[in-house]
Amino acid sequence: MDQFTLNVIVVGLSFALYIGIAIWARAGSTSEFYAAGRGVNPVVNGMATAADWMSAASFISMAGLIAFVGYNNSTYLMGWTGGYVLMAMLLAPYLRKFGKYTVPEFVGDRYYSQTARVVAVICLLVISITYVIGQMTGAGVAFSRFLEVSSTTGLFIASAVVFVYAVLGGMKGITYTQVAQYIVLIVAYTIPAVFISLQLTGNPIPGLGLFSTHTGTGEPLLVTLNGLLTDLGFTEYTTGSSPWLMALFTLSLMIGTAGLPHVIIRFFTVPKVADARWSAGWALVFIALLYLTAPAVGAMARLNIMTTMWPEGVEGEAVATEDLPNWFQTWSVTGLLGVEDKNGDGRIQYYNETGPGMAELAAERGWAGNELVTFNRDILVLANPEIAQLPGWVIALIAAGGLAAALSTAAGLLLAISSAISHDLIKSVFNPNISEKAELMWARVSMAGAIVLATYLGLNPPGFAAQVVALAFGLAAATLFPTLMMGIFSKRMNSAGAIWGMIVGLVVTSVYLFTYLGWFFIPGTNMLENTAANYLFGIPPTHFGPIGAVLNFAVAYFVSKATAAPPKEIQDLVESVRIPRGAGAALSK
Amino acid sequence: MAQKPDNNAYWSANLRLVTICLVIWAVVSYGLAILLRPLISGIAVGGTDLGFWFAQQGSILVFLVLIFFYAWRMNKLDKEHGVDEQ
Repeated sequence: MDQFTLNVIVVGLSFALYIGIAIWARAGSTSEFYAAGRGVNPVVNGMATAADWMSAASFISMAGLIAFVGYNNSTYLMGWTGGYVLMAMLLAPYLRKFGKYTVPEFVGDRYYSQTARVVAVICLLVISITYVIGQMTGAGVAFSRFLEVSSTTGLFIASAVVFVYAVLGGMKGITYTQVAQYIVLIVAYTIPAVFISLQLTGNPIPGLGLFSTHTGTGEPLLVTLNGLLTDLGFTEYTTGSSPWLMALFTLSLMIGTAGLPHVIIRFFTVPKVADARWSAGWALVFIALLYLTAPAVGAMARLNIMTTMWPEGVEGEAVATEDLPNWFQTWSVTGLLGVEDKNGDGRIQYYNETGPGMAELAAERGWAGNELVTFNRDILVLANPEIAQLPGWVIALIAAGGLAAALSTAAGLLLAISSAISHDLIKSVFNPNISEKAELMWARVSMAGAIVLATYLGLNPPGFAAQVVALAFGLAAATLFPTLMMGIFSKRMNSAGAIWGMIVGLVVTSVYLFTYLGWFFIPGTNMLENTAANYLFGIPPTHFGPIGAVLNFAVAYFVSKATAAPPKEIQDLVESVRIPRGAGAALSK
Repeated sequence: MAQKPDNNAYWSANLRLVTICLVIWAVVSYGLAILLRPLISGIAVGGTDLGFWFAQQGSILVFLVLIFFYAWRMNKLDKEHGVDEQ
């Protein structure tokens, strides 16, 4: 059986499974559509949260991000896991106790203000829509790479599948498909990683293999890697730079993670407050299975590439063009890898032209520049099974895993978007007397509308794929996180404070990003060049989230000091959110 | 909500626990893995230093322990202060 047929079979089976689950888990009420009827087991919810959270970026790109930079990009590992500590202790249990369906609903009720509700809806929509674009394009690309369809066709297939289970099942359908998607993606990620770790270190656990002895050289794996890299003019894998910026970026990712509405609403699905606490722990267990493996995949894949390009070591000859492994040819076709024999010696020299002393070394050895001219970081995960010489079905599994990662996150985001529209705008603002049945219908219509919008934006991405994520995290950190946290931890915080805090966080963070990345990310409209010399206090736009959060907290504090305290019943509401007793009452609603 | 004073004691106990957990959270990730890494660079781990291990494995493991410890401790506090869900 050829690889294409295998890919179609494995991906087709996984899709049939998702649709089967959707039919089994149809939503019959708004409670089921928004919160899966609050009947989800905390371990199951943890697994669904892990799939909800881990996007195409985690699955496909993160190992590559770490591999090409090394220590400094540990920020992604810590930032995207450490946010769960904040969520588990500062938000999730209390919001579950509040017992409603959406994040803007808490903001609107707690701050007794429709304005606060609408501002929260706007923040949610900006965060979730920017985030979903990346998922849809990611799914389209995964399709086109593995299933030999155009990425446009791929995007339509992906949208159609999400449409079926999200519109039909709402949160209930999404929860159980996310569980299936988690299993697909973690198996796909782990199998090649285990084999590569065995080949390089003899240790079957990649996270341990990373710190083990390399069987080829008898030295620790990281020492071998550092040696090869520095000999070829690259920076050392384990050495870092600018620790304060690293810390700031990690903080930005952590606060942003804790403030993402599509993750927060997952904790509304468990039966009890105590379950919400456990569930956050389980979510991190399932996330950690991938996140502890990713840095090992990164380092090992990088080492594999180096030894493939320099089979005799750096002192010997580079790899001959005809000796390049098969996966090299396969992936060259996709444009993710590209070689160019600049000096015409029939060999491919891979090194860092701008590294210290490399110009002299190149002149001495007759190199005419780096000849591995294209090297996309996503290749490290995508080609992993081929690098480890694993059978075709593992390659097919990577295709299914990448799609599972993209689709599960997209579905979670779409639910956050549609529930904000149907529940917070249509029901709470425009038509409070709407019947449950009509609201459920509107929830489905909003979901369908959100999918159409996401598909459109996926087909016509505004040309800022990489920056989009920075915007989503920066805004989640600067708007929703502080507002939610103050709503729980400060009884004195009033509506004026919360509203102005959110607005200042939203506007200042957006303007700071737009200043360097272009207004609404339209290239050429940026007012300052995106270089370190122009940054305010040296803070890059991607690191701005915590600053926005501090501004939000500060503005909220001073505005609320200057205005009247919230009414008694709101203070009682805060009291009741703080204690778990009585959470069951929300079930009947 | 009859047991008002009890709720206050419960809430301060919660805040104390959260504070302790978040101090550990910050020390491990921002401290040992990043800013304090030079201080512990003498401790070798698998070809590199302890700070690198904390950055790529250790802090995630500590986060896990923290959340489970918090959940266990809070669920116990709920019962001690009579505010658990029946």
